Amino acid sequence: MEYQWNFAPIFAHSDALLVGALGTLRIFVVCLLLGLSLGLLVGLARYSTRRLLTWPAAAFVEFFRNTPVLVQIIWFFFALPILVPFEISPMTAAVLGISLNSAAFSAEIFRGGIQSIEPGQWEAGRAIGMSYAQIMRRIILPQAIRRMLPALTNRGIEIFKMSTLASVVAYVELLHQGRLIASLNFNPIETYTVIAVAFFLFLYPLVRATYVLERRLGRSD
Amino acid sequence: MNGNPDMRALLRVGGLEKRFGENAVLRGIDLEVTAGDRIAIIGASGSGKSTLLRCLNFMELPTAGRIELDGVAVGSERRRGDGSIERVYAEAELTRLRRRIGMVFQQFNLFPHMTAIGNVMEGLRTVLRRPAAEARARALVELTRVGLADKAEEYPARLSGGQKQRVAIARALALDPEILLFDEPTSSLDPELVGEVLAVIRSLAEEGRTMLLVTHELGFAYHFASRVLFLADGVIHEQGSPEEVLKHPREARTQAFLARHRAFSF
Ligand SMILES: Nc1ncnc2c1ncn2[C@@H]1O[C@H](COP(=O)(O)OP(=O)(O)OP(=O)(O)O)[C@@H](O)[C@H]1O
Ligand SMILES: [Mg+2]
Repeated sequence: MEYQWNFAPIFAHSDALLVGALGTLRIFVVCLLLGLSLGLLVGLARYSTRRLLTWPAAAFVEFFRNTPVLVQIIWFFFALPILVPFEISPMTAAVLGISLNSAAFSAEIFRGGIQSIEPGQWEAGRAIGMSYAQIMRRIILPQAIRRMLPALTNRGIEIFKMSTLASVVAYVELLHQGRLIASLNFNPIETYTVIAVAFFLFLYPLVRATYVLERRLGRSD
Repeated sequence: MNGNPDMRALLRVGGLEKRFGENAVLRGIDLEVTAGDRIAIIGASGSGKSTLLRCLNFMELPTAGRIELDGVAVGSERRRGDGSIERVYAEAELTRLRRRIGMVFQQFNLFPHMTAIGNVMEGLRTVLRRPAAEARARALVELTRVGLADKAEEYPARLSGGQKQRVAIARALALDPEILLFDEPTSSLDPELVGEVLAVIRSLAEEGRTMLLVTHELGFAYHFASRVLFLADGVIHEQGSPEEVLKHPREARTQAFLARHRAFSF
């Protein structure tokens, strides 16, 4: 017997899907910004020659790279509130878990990118009297980020997909809403198909856009 | 003995030593540079020529010794626990000092993500914080000086080696350095591109700029330099006018070195 596809009940819930999509977008943007900027800071600390900076940064990277994000989110939501005197919202728990994990991975990308720039670039900057911070900002990072763009794009995609893990603490995002709709209508096939396609429709244009960016940035080389 | 006695030394180096771990590369360099001096530094590979230049603008910190720029000693003295004295250098002081001593590298080291004029403007904008229009005008003056005004908007990847090196010279000149250091500026160039870079350096010499140049181009050194230093074993083994050092060297080491470089012509 052929399966009779019926998407009508899902589109009856399109407002719920929209709420989920906004939730996904919100957590994605927050985690992308937090994860990458924290990752840059940790990456700079990792690259530093001061042991006082490299050691904690290395510990941070190893810890968060080697624990599952799902476990972190659950820990922040269920365990942390017992230890600290304030409430942790599902959003906060998920943002903490995803951002810290992304920071750990992107820190290694940033460190590798910075290390890949020829020492001569540092020398040239120093020779005209630029400070460490000026050389980093004006000379090293602009070149390093170009080289890192493919890896950072992958990180962004990962962050987007990891946002679904927030559903485990009942944060309202696409997957959470999908599960709700599927259980109301007993139509998991259609619902999860729509959810998967929705993720694709979000991500694919984003990835295309970064390809264009990469090409534009590559022009000068 | 060095230079004109009634002129104050622009740069005075005393007892300069540099060690990398166990490797003592510079073992006591004494040198006085007067404004307008053009000093060619020659010596075998590994004799410490680059290290000497890099100590002069503090890209490398001296292990011992003292460097004065315009009568002011760089760094400050600190007494160690055992009573001996060492010099310590504050990064901010060194950063400010490097504006006054330009450096041109063998490998050009242009910033590949900036246009030619962007490279020349960088120090003016970021270090001296000049307004964009003023920095651009000044950068164009320097690019014109090296004959590359028409390449201002090109990225380094689209320039020849000789053009890259001329942009690098313009980049150093833009900060009005009191001293220019050249570390084998033509060594990584195809032979047919060497001339254009040497021509620019020669024009700077005619302007009376103070320059120190490490080179294997002995023929150029002969015509360019007011003084030639031959480095060996971490010390200035022989020095004097180009005529003295390159044509009538007194020391056996210098003679042997020159014999190996007989290919040069005056
Ligand atoms: N950063 C460094 N760390 C350790 N050793 C170094 C460093 N820089 C230079 N050296 C060593 O110092 C010695 C002198 O090097 P330097 O580059 O000054 O020689 P050079 O006269 O410029 O040689 P060349 O003609 O090949 O350029 C070499 O033995 C080199 O290995
Ligand atoms: Mg050298």
